[in-house]
Amino acid sequence: MADYTIKVRRFQPESDEGPYWEEFNVDLDPSLSVLDGLLQAKDRDDGSLAVRCSCRAAICGSCGMKINGQSGLGCKTQIGEAQEQADKMKAATGVSAAAADSPIRGEGADAGSAGNPIVIEPMGNMPVIKDLITDMESTHWTKIRRVTPWLLPHGEPPEREYIVEPESMIDITQSMACIQCGACVSSCLSMEADPGFIGPAALAKAYRFVGDPRDAETHERLHDLADDPHGIYDCTHCFSCIDACPKGVAPMDQIMRLRRKAGEEGIEDPNSGHDHEIAFVKIIEKKGTLDESLLLQESFAPGVKGKLKPSKRAIREMLGSIPTAIRGIKTGKMRSLHKLIPGVHPKLPDQDDVKAIYAHAEEHNEEFNLYIKGEEGELAEDDVEKGIERSTAPAGQEADK
Amino acid sequence: MSAENIKVAYWPGCVSRGFTPELHGSMGLVAEKLGWELVELDRANCCGAGVIAEHNQELADTLNARTFALAQQTGLSMMNICSTCQGAQSECQQRLDADSAYRAHINEALSGQGLSYEKGEEGGWTNKNFLWLLVEDYGLDRLREQVVRPLSGLRVGPFYGCYIVRPKERLGYNHHPDRDVYLEKVIEALGGQVVEYDGARKCCGFPVITMARETSLRQAGTHVGDAIDAGADCLVTPCPLCHLNLDMQQPEAAKVVNRDLGLAVLHLPQLVGLALGAEPSELGMAKHIASTRWVEERLTAGAPA
Repeated sequence: MADYTIKVRRFQPESDEGPYWEEFNVDLDPSLSVLDGLLQAKDRDDGSLAVRCSCRAAICGSCGMKINGQSGLGCKTQIGEAQEQADKMKAATGVSAAAADSPIRGEGADAGSAGNPIVIEPMGNMPVIKDLITDMESTHWTKIRRVTPWLLPHGEPPEREYIVEPESMIDITQSMACIQCGACVSSCLSMEADPGFIGPAALAKAYRFVGDPRDAETHERLHDLADDPHGIYDCTHCFSCIDACPKGVAPMDQIMRLRRKAGEEGIEDPNSGHDHEIAFVKIIEKKGTLDESLLLQESFAPGVKGKLKPSKRAIREMLGSIPTAIRGIKTGKMRSLHKLIPGVHPKLPDQDDVKAIYAHAEEHNEEFNLYIKGEEGELAEDDVEKGIERSTAPAGQEADK
Repeated sequence: MSAENIKVAYWPGCVSRGFTPELHGSMGLVAEKLGWELVELDRANCCGAGVIAEHNQELADTLNARTFALAQQTGLSMMNICSTCQGAQSECQQRLDADSAYRAHINEALSGQGLSYEKGEEGGWTNKNFLWLLVEDYGLDRLREQVVRPLSGLRVGPFYGCYIVRPKERLGYNHHPDRDVYLEKVIEALGGQVVEYDGARKCCGFPVITMARETSLRQAGTHVGDAIDAGADCLVTPCPLCHLNLDMQQPEAAKVVNRDLGLAVLHLPQLVGLALGAEPSELGMAKHIASTRWVEERLTAGAPA
């Protein structure tokens, strides 16, 4: 047993006051969870402390919250680990995590280098209803509905169930593991800057249907998500959702797969997402290292040499980048021909070797999904004897919700 | 901490020789002052910055396996100076290391070039950002001894770049749990003062600058503004792509967040270089878009006795 101080960001809708911090002292084993700590405080100190929870075993997805600024599940975070994190941040910055991740400043941020309060806040990117309870409807469920989260098969339904090869479903097992807790939405840095972004949970759900062999509207789904300025090309690739997800769904990876599939389907989007990707890949094939000015030009006006047909948006973006370029020339940052003129960038001495790699990879394009395949040596020997292949999904996955 | 001198295969990346040439230059200068030997990998290729992996994962893995193999040919571990290189290369290395059959398949594509990537033993062959190498291999105590111009009174906000802080499992945080507070430690070792603000481990927005300009610039502008409000004299970053959005795009970001900005953003080797006695002009600070004059004035005012 050990003593911990948990510092909770509270909000009571019935009072006229804004959010405030309150500290509780709890006493429990370090291996127990932050949620256990909260429930002890609720039981012993203040029954009005509001927190959603049910299973306490990282299955129901109810207790999403921020712990020391990190989004996750209260029941899956050990309180001992949360204490170590709080102490580490305090030692490095001299400020407790409370001040680091919140606009409201509270008391008690001046403890020593150990025994700092564990800071607990409601999830981000969502309105708070009371204390740690957020409104999941406005930013989570609305966006989930936005991606048509059900199967759209064509033709007559079969007399009984659909039959699919198990192998054809492996690709979407990772996205099926989602328990709809909202931790990824809470952590999303694109959504912080653009609340309209469809977001990690809904886009991972979209991949679950895009990758489903029974669905007949794959192209329409991809077209819709690529077309939307708040869709797959609005993800800023920050990995926050990957670290927040308690189930290994890696929503950002699913968004990148949506982009890849959209590219394979030849979908041209008005956000220059596909053009940017192709421009990048082609420049490295040609030069080996990045020609930044060519990347900019080709992202907006691809194929400039043959057929220049940039969209209105592309012309606006190109013109908009001129002041930045002029500033760069003035300071000397961009004062050389190969930085100014697209395509003058020198190629690597053995660029043929890079081209050979392209030729090899384009024949295969193998995807290596660690979630599905695992790492070598991970399986126990008796599993191997039972003939369980590495290509099967990991044990303990829940059914899709 | 090893008392030996640092000698590494050095991958400078693309942007440090493109739109942030001051980074490559200052890294060379700082290595000289620290007594590090850098064997530059001038035949290596772009890491793909996550974009090539988005297009074709196997292609990205093979391209980076080539870079690793070139580094391994020198018999040395590898150093990068870009958070994005670190993240993109660690991602490929993780997949290559996870499965010997996949590794063999990738190496087959390199065999014609006489190259092969070999998985290192635990703690064996590594690819580390300058920041990690500085703290883990060179050591903060040795760094402190080298300081001739302590950054006294300089208030510095750390800015890491997503690719070097997430995902934690891939980036070795289980062995090195403090990697997300190294910038703070370095700032303190150099005699500077750490400024805590909201954006230190958030995204600069650069990856979507061509696709979602407003989302991108709002992120950059918000973080710079928060650092100013917290009293920062400058930011420091180990990522040249973050530098592009935080510095080069700063005047554009100011328009999106609708406020005056004007905060110097230093590359990590520049901050180290200043403390080691290098002049701002040698470190290419005049090439920045956001003026670094305030930082220079601060340092002259606080010159050591």
